[in-house]
Parts: sequence; structure tokens; C-alpha cells
Amino acid sequence: MATVTYDHATRLYPGTERPAVDQLNLHIEDGEFLVLVGPSGCGKSTSLRMLAGLEDVNGGAIYIGDRDVTDVQPKDRDIAMVFQNYALYPHMSVADNMGFALKIAGTPKQEIRKRVEEAAEILDLTEYLDRKPKALSGGQRQRVAMGRAIVRQPQVFLMDEPLSNLDAKLRVQTRTQIASLQRRLGVTTVYVTHDQTEALTMGDRIAVLKDGLLQQVGTPRDMYDTPANVFVAGFIGSPAMNLATFEITDGHARVGQADVKLDPEVIAKLTPEDKNHVVLGFRPEALDQTDEGAPGAFPVEVNIVEELGSDAFVYGTLTGPAASEAIVSSGAGAGQIIVRVNPRSVPGKGATIWVKIREGQQHVFSSATGERLS
Amino acid sequence: MQNLQITASSPDPALLDLPWSIPLIEWPDEVLAALPRGISRHIVRFVRLSGRVIAIKEIGESVAYREFELLRQLRKLDVPSVVPVGVITGRTDANGERLEAVLITEHLQFSLPYRALYSQSLRPDTATRLIDALAVLLVRLHLTGFYWGDVSLSNTLFRRDAETFSAYLVDAETGDLHRTLTPGQRNYDVDLARTNIIGELMDLSAGELLDEEVDEVAIGDRLVERYDELWNALTDAESFVDAERWRVAARIERLNELGFDVGELEITTDIDGTSVRIQPKVVDAGHHSRRLLRLTGLDVQENQARRLLNDLDSFRAAAERQNDDEEFVAHDWLSSVFEATIQAVPRNLRRKLEPAQLFHEILDHRWYISEQAGRDVPLPDATASYVENVLRNRPDEKSLLGLAPGEKDPDEDQ
Repeated sequence: MATVTYDHATRLYPGTERPAVDQLNLHIEDGEFLVLVGPSGCGKSTSLRMLAGLEDVNGGAIYIGDRDVTDVQPKDRDIAMVFQNYALYPHMSVADNMGFALKIAGTPKQEIRKRVEEAAEILDLTEYLDRKPKALSGGQRQRVAMGRAIVRQPQVFLMDEPLSNLDAKLRVQTRTQIASLQRRLGVTTVYVTHDQTEALTMGDRIAVLKDGLLQQVGTPRDMYDTPANVFVAGFIGSPAMNLATFEITDGHARVGQADVKLDPEVIAKLTPEDKNHVVLGFRPEALDQTDEGAPGAFPVEVNIVEELGSDAFVYGTLTGPAASEAIVSSGAGAGQIIVRVNPRSVPGKGATIWVKIREGQQHVFSSATGERLS
Repeated sequence: MQNLQITASSPDPALLDLPWSIPLIEWPDEVLAALPRGISRHIVRFVRLSGRVIAIKEIGESVAYREFELLRQLRKLDVPSVVPVGVITGRTDANGERLEAVLITEHLQFSLPYRALYSQSLRPDTATRLIDALAVLLVRLHLTGFYWGDVSLSNTLFRRDAETFSAYLVDAETGDLHRTLTPGQRNYDVDLARTNIIGELMDLSAGELLDEEVDEVAIGDRLVERYDELWNALTDAESFVDAERWRVAARIERLNELGFDVGELEITTDIDGTSVRIQPKVVDAGHHSRRLLRLTGLDVQENQARRLLNDLDSFRAAAERQNDDEEFVAHDWLSSVFEATIQAVPRNLRRKLEPAQLFHEILDHRWYISEQAGRDVPLPDATASYVENVLRNRPDEKSLLGLAPGEKDPDEDQ
């Protein structure tokens, strides 16, 4: 078991000007499940491969525990890439499928059996150990593949989009299994995904990257409640947060027909570059339906309603005077606002509903830098 | 109603007739060319389509597109790999349930999966020859900047290449193309290849399909040795004093001997010009096959080309035509020796092997019976003897998808 530390770790590909990973500083605790997440090209896979020894580190260093592994060969780093190879061998028993790498390494037979049995216990595979893989279900085969990594008892597990080539059903199943298994084993794990739902449901902490730069690292709750900037705000959460740029008049952000009062402390942080504008963020679930004319209320015209049974979401457009000046965006695209509504009383298409942001659930960002102000 | 999306470079309308609304695992036997035998993490099936065999793999949509694109790039880079045919998405079954996307590749004619090659019925050194072929493939991939991520015998197909094999990449799912590879990436690939090969051999051994004498770990280690040897020969810098300039030519010749052409060689001298340092920068595989193609138009594999070129050389010497233009001699050799020999083989037996491999084996057979007879047996006689005594008993390798002799299908009744 070990911690993992990226210390100003940088990867610059030959012939490019911008680093693929730029001065990454990240400390992962012993036993922690850390998820690297971000859109494609953000540097998440490169960061993982730097830790694996597959990418050169052009600046800074990487430590596993106290050991500087920056220039250590992959196989000498005491890490395991899980799921790199999960084709099962048909003639070998489940136990041999799990333990063959130890056999190659010359581990004594008894020791192999012991480790395989321990892993099987955790993976719920004990009764299958002496059977052939053909007797296993798809999910059990996945677990044998995990067993291969577990028996090696590495310091760190690395997983690079391990679920991307599974079908949807198996993906959700395996996601839960990996997360609970990791907690039982307590092995430090670094996991890469582009899927923020996967990140939120699996990670102890999440590190969001964009353009090679670490945007924010924190617990799923941190990321959701206090995103550090506009990018993280829009990336984490489903459906995504509504974000709109508004002008400030007399300490209020003008939203359509209504005013949203801003904290004076927030306003004090504005700089001339902000040109007296802020980006206001509010999640679909932070909006309450209210009466026309209520303080802070603004009108939204309903375009479509998505009913999910337990939830319903209105996809609509901000209307009223000044609405056209607001630069609005959300997960549904530019100009769209998403509102969660009571699934038992859903407004009709074309109707106008009045909503207001629930007290304390607005996020204020600098319009110049995108950084959080509130 | 299905709304199939087909992405393909030249779509074959016959593709539409396949039962896309059925999960691949349930496809009826009459559609399948034969049952697939490789070890794969996905469902793979072979299907006869418009006179060829295609391989169909069920796989996630984004991964399918990615692998399709990678395989196309590898083709452009002239790396021996399977030909991508297309990706089909939007499959649904009779109840409207979504089915997995598929990636379609063309099955390599005359290619052999390792499970059909590694068995007691084959010469014991088959193992090492396959490993050598895989080492060459891995070096070639690494030279072009391709990181494989899952090197194994299962992800490779083999074609006979004179007395050796040449290896083709079949599965690029975990791969990535880079400008150049880091030593870490290369080492990781090689180390994983070693582990996978040993695992695959242990599996054959567990199924009692491998000669007991075979040492799985030693074979795995051989890959590492062969890879390092070849990589160093192709990329190492060497330094020598200025007076030894012949060593530049010698280095190029040695690389040609290994089957590589030197596209770019970096030569640096120190300030006072007493020592020279050379390092190959760009090397291309296929030195002999390119030369043969230029001379005769025959497009064959490297070692087959080497064998054919040797025969062409002896033809030239025997006819005392060393001073004639090489192209003219090659033209005469092609029609009077090569084609004449192939045509002397009965048509129904000819398709068992590729023509170049057939010719190579006939030359081998001639050497063998000449030694027995204590005299030079003429080529037409050797051909007749080869057909009667060897070829008739050979399995048809045009599309051999079968199991190793005696192997039970491990996926059966699944």
C-alpha cells in the first residue's frame, strides 16, 4: 500500500508547444480511490500513463510512497494495470487463470494457492476455483480478470477506462463491483474515465482536468456543491448546471424581469476585467417553481418536458425583457435552461413557468476568468 | 425496425443480408464460415460473404470506431495487419432491445491462428518460429510508433513465409499511435507479450495440446531476446574512426540482410573529423519483397521473396546472363520458371497454398529428393513428386479457422 504523488509532473510531446499534462500537483492518500476525469484530450490518460511508466515525465517527478519512480521501468513500479488483459484461457481452471502470472514470476505453489484463495474469497469466486471459465457468467469473468491483478498484491491499481468496452448492463454492474471491491481491498487506485457519472459514483475524490491543467480536486460532494470554476460547474452533474452571464446593477444580477441579489462580498471580488458582469450558475434542482411576480422569480418558456418517473425536467428558454442579453447555456445547449419540476404536476409544452433560485444555491463566477467568486 | 448505420470504406450490399437483429452468439450455423477459435474477450464470428471470409466482433460503439480508424491508419503505414471492412451500429433485436455495435474485418487468406499451429503434429521448432515472427511484427509496430497494449498470440495471425512465418496484427483495440514510443511503452508491450505468450502456452499445455517437452517460460523469454536483438540492430548508434568508412556500407548491408531498407541514416563526425557516428533513423521492412515486386510484379512476403530472388539469381548464373539487364532476366524467369511450375500443379490442389509458398516448398522438395537421388532432379520432375507425395496430403490453408488437431471447442455448449 502506498500514497501516490505527482509533483509538478509535466508531459510535453515532442513537436508540440502545449504540454499534454502541465505541472500536475496531486497527492493521493494510501488506500484512496481517485478518479481522473475530463473531456477527451484533457490529459487524464496521459497522467495515468505517466504513473504507469508508459509516458516520459519531462518535468517534475512522480512518487509511489516515498520512492521516486519517475525514471523506473513499468514492470519495476509495483503497480497493476487492471483489465489490460482479461481474455480467459479456456483450458485452465479459474484458479490457474488468476495465478498464472505468479507462476511465471516463480512464486512458490503454496503461496500462489493461498493468494488465489484469498482473492477468490473477496471476489465471491471460491466455489468456481477449480472449474473452467466456460462455467462462468459475464460478470464472474470480469471478476477473474480483477483477480489477476489482486493476486499480484501491487501497491497501486491503475484503471484506464476499464468499462468502455462493456455493454451498458455489464458496465453498471462492474462499476459497483469495482468500487466496493476497492474499498474492501484498500489498495490505492487511480481510475480514468470521461464519464462524470462514473466519477461521482466511484471516487473517494475526483480530479477534473482540462487542457492538461488540473481544474479542481475534491470529494464528489465538493465538486457538486462548490465547483471551483465555470468548467467544473458545467462538467459535473447531470443534467448539467445552468450557467448565464448577467450584468450587475446595484448589487443585483438582473435575470430577465427579476433581480437576484448578490452577496456584497462577492461583488467586492469583481475586477475591471469582469466589466461589471458575472456568470451565475444554478442547478436544475436548485430552482423552485413560484408565482409570477414573486421576489427573484423569472419566467421560462417550456420547450419540452423529460419525464423520468422519479423526476421530471423542463427544457426551456428564458423569456421576458433583457432575456435575450443573457448568455445562457446548460447541458441541453446554448440558450436552454433546465428546471427540475414535480413529476406529479408537469407543465405543458409552450407554457410559461415562473421559477426562482433557492436561497444559497446559486454559484457566482467571474465573467473574465471563470473562477468561483461565491 | 432497425436503423442500421454502416460505416465502411467500400460497403458490400451483401452485408445487409446478415442477421443483424440477432445477438452474434446466437447466429445460426448456416451463416457462419466456421466456429471461431481465438481467445477473445469479445464474441467473434466468421462469416462467408461474397466469396471472402469476414470476421465480425461485437464491441462497444466508440471502441469499434476507434479500432476501425486505427486499423485504417496501420494499413496506410504498411504495417501487416487485418483489413478493416466497417462498423455497424444501431442494431436492435426483435423486441427493440439495443444490440452491441460490431467491427468487421476481412479474414486474412492463408492465415493461421496459433492454436492450429502449436500442437504435437507440427515440428517442435514451430513455437520458436512463431515467436520470431511476432518479434519482427512488434519491432515494426514500434518503429512506426504503434503501442499495442495487448500483445498476444491470440491477437496475431500467422502466414507461412518460406520456412518461417510472418505475423499480422489482428486486434488493435488497446492500441495507440504515437509520433515515437517511449522506452517505457516499448518495455511494457514486450513484458506483456511475454506474460501473455506464456499464459497462452500454459493454456495449451493444460488442454494437453502442447508437447510436454516445450518450456513455456523459455519461449516467452525468447520473444524478449529476439525483440531486443532486432531493435538494437535497427536503431543502435555505432561509432568508428574515420578510416573505417566501409562500416557505413556494412551496416546498411546488415540491415538489408535482416530484411530492412534504410530510409534515413544519420551520420555525424566529431570536430576534427577523426571519428564517425552513424545511426539509422528510418528503416522500412520489406527489402526483399520490394525488390522482387520491382523486378517481377510478384507481391509476396519477405522470406518468400528472398527465396524467389535466390532462385532468380541461380537462374541468371545457370543461363550465363550476368551481363543482361536484371529486369529482362527476371521477366524470363517469371514465365519460364515460376509460372510454369505453378501451372504444373493441378488446379484443384493449387489453392491449398499461396503460389509463392507453393514454389518455395517445391524448391525445398527438390533439394531433398536431389540429395536422396545423389543428382540434380529437374524442377518439373520435382514438382510432380511434390504434388504426389506432399501436397495431396496437406490441409487446405486458404481459410483454416479450425482448432488444433484433437482440440475440443472450449466454447462449446456455452
